[in-house]
Amino acid sequence: MIQGNPERNRVRVLIAKPGLDGHDRGAKVIARALRDAGFEVVYTGLHQTPEMIVQAAIQEDVHVVGISVLSGAHNALVPEVIQGVKSAGLNDVLFMVGGIIPEEDFDGLKKAGCQVVFTPGTSLEEIINYIDKNAPAR
Amino acid sequence: MANDPGRIEALQNTWQKKLVDSLKKVPERPVRFTTWSDLDVPLLCTPNDLERIGFDFEKDLGFPGEYPFTRGVQPNMYRGKLWTMRQFAGFSSPEETNQRFKLLLGKGQTGLSTAFDMPTLMGYDCDSPMSLGEVGKCGVSVSSLEDMETLFDGIPLDEVTTSMTINGPAIVILAMYYVMAEKRGIPREKVRGTLQNDILKEYIAQKEWLFPIAPAVKCVIDTIEYGTQHYPNWNTVSISGYHIREAGATAVQELAFTIADGMAYVEESLKRGLQVDEFAPRLSFFFDVHNDFFEEIAKFRAARRIWAKLMKERYGAKSPKSWMLRTHAQTAGVSLTAQQPMNNVVRVAIQAMAGVLGGVNSLHTNSMDETLSLPTDDAVLVALRTQQVLAEESGVANFADPLGGSYLVEYLTHQVESAAWEYINKIDEMGGMVAAVENGYPQAEIGNSAYHFQRQLEKKEKVMVGVNQYTMEEKKRAIETLYIDRAVEGRQAKKLRDLKARRDAGKVQVSLEGVRQAAQKGENLMPSIMQAVRDWATLQEVCDTLRSVYGIYREDGKF
Repeated sequence: MIQGNPERNRVRVLIAKPGLDGHDRGAKVIARALRDAGFEVVYTGLHQTPEMIVQAAIQEDVHVVGISVLSGAHNALVPEVIQGVKSAGLNDVLFMVGGIIPEEDFDGLKKAGCQVVFTPGTSLEEIINYIDKNAPAR
Repeated sequence: MANDPGRIEALQNTWQKKLVDSLKKVPERPVRFTTWSDLDVPLLCTPNDLERIGFDFEKDLGFPGEYPFTRGVQPNMYRGKLWTMRQFAGFSSPEETNQRFKLLLGKGQTGLSTAFDMPTLMGYDCDSPMSLGEVGKCGVSVSSLEDMETLFDGIPLDEVTTSMTINGPAIVILAMYYVMAEKRGIPREKVRGTLQNDILKEYIAQKEWLFPIAPAVKCVIDTIEYGTQHYPNWNTVSISGYHIREAGATAVQELAFTIADGMAYVEESLKRGLQVDEFAPRLSFFFDVHNDFFEEIAKFRAARRIWAKLMKERYGAKSPKSWMLRTHAQTAGVSLTAQQPMNNVVRVAIQAMAGVLGGVNSLHTNSMDETLSLPTDDAVLVALRTQQVLAEESGVANFADPLGGSYLVEYLTHQVESAAWEYINKIDEMGGMVAAVENGYPQAEIGNSAYHFQRQLEKKEKVMVGVNQYTMEEKKRAIETLYIDRAVEGRQAKKLRDLKARRDAGKVQVSLEGVRQAAQKGENLMPSIMQAVRDWATLQEVCDTLRSVYGIYREDGKF
């Protein structure tokens, strides 16, 4: 069960859909669940280039970036987003990836700076708990 | 009298009393008894329930091949021709997908269905910066007529029917297909297949679009008009509920929104000056077959009944062919689980059987590994064999509408139909589906259903085996998966560079200018696009030309 908690309000989360992938069911369900849990949530909408996502992250000064990819383009797109956010000077950000991600790609994504990969079947509660524990304190 | 309502009621009352007693000993499980879409359902139905809903054999059921086609569109259903076994396939380069096509045809598949990659679906060439990392990932990459010719190399287009799942740039891909057939000397009436070409459901659910809604719908009507005049056996639009359902819609929403999309295409075609019986027989449908066995069967039966009534009564179609809802179906991708993936074989088999009992005309069965990656050859084979077992061993193909007359199935069919009409009427009041989509109505309804379902899953009000119940520790990846390397991107880009170096650049410019002028004047785009692809203009060149006239579409980040 999702319990709203006003203390979460200080944490700003960006849910992002990079690339041409149109599968937004998961991204929208998660954005909504995080909002109901009390986080401040911004969703980029579809078909965003990595640069557009970086811009949004900086503009909103977010603590968490959740990147949703189901098209298989994660290896190309996720590192670009993370690199972009970091080189813009926003260093203390929790990066999460969700979608159809083969296990053999987990290590590469983690090396690129993504802290956690959520694959199908992950519960909303698990994601909320993860953010509670790992979102930067700033 | 055998079905005397008073007698039945008396019997039911007696039984009800016994039931109450038995519930004291064996109470019901503490759950709500609902369909997968959350409709409350009765334990059973009697002739009195059918009486209450006004069930009429002639009006509501009748015979297969006859209005209102509740029992199916063929008089002898699968005794004449089995449903078409059509496995959706496409990955990597046209060469590799061509090999998969040949494998499937070699194993007894009877039709082809093409999946394109994301860049192709969005009208970008493989070498566009927008295509980074996406080439060949979710489907096959097609940037030019040359790619199209490689994709169908050695496949007899006059014998095999081909379905192509593409929407935003569908008119360009169809132009490539027509030109390819023309170059092979195939008579136009022998060019048979289906273009998905349902742009409204893109804005609603699948979200692969190019232009704003009005010009995008205009492109669809161009293909309907051109097909009606020149390619009499090509299915111009496959009005699709599949993606709507996968995005989270309930069975009723899937049905209602799909029918409403179909109505929009019919109304726009009528406005274009076409006669309903000229184009309606070439409209086909595509639905999901989800988990809930009886709800899905009811959905297919209700779909045929609603469409038949609309076409005959509202749009005045005279030809029975215009009344028939012919449909392809695909088992529910979203029902597959990454956990204990072998279980997916069972899910697919049950869903496929619901499709067949629901009287579908064509079927795709998902492969067990599709929640992990695109399917391997082995997984695809099991999926195809599932259909063959159904067709050859289970006996279900012997009958037309075997569940017709079941009190429960007739009752459910009526429930699903009534609920769908409510949505259809509401969309009518909004000014039709184009206006409803512009207002974000179906999108919001689907988003709500998706969230509702996820919440139910978390509360275990809905159970997915291996996901929120019956879970277990699994050794890393229980089955093999297909891995598509990024080298295809470079190989495809090189082919495109070579093509661009070879072709007559002046001719390309002239033909693209032709496309631009046709778009500006509001003419049917098909002839000018066919000329452009004949002159080796690429997919993106044509789409960019159209984008420069029509503009692009963007959705806000509402959730």
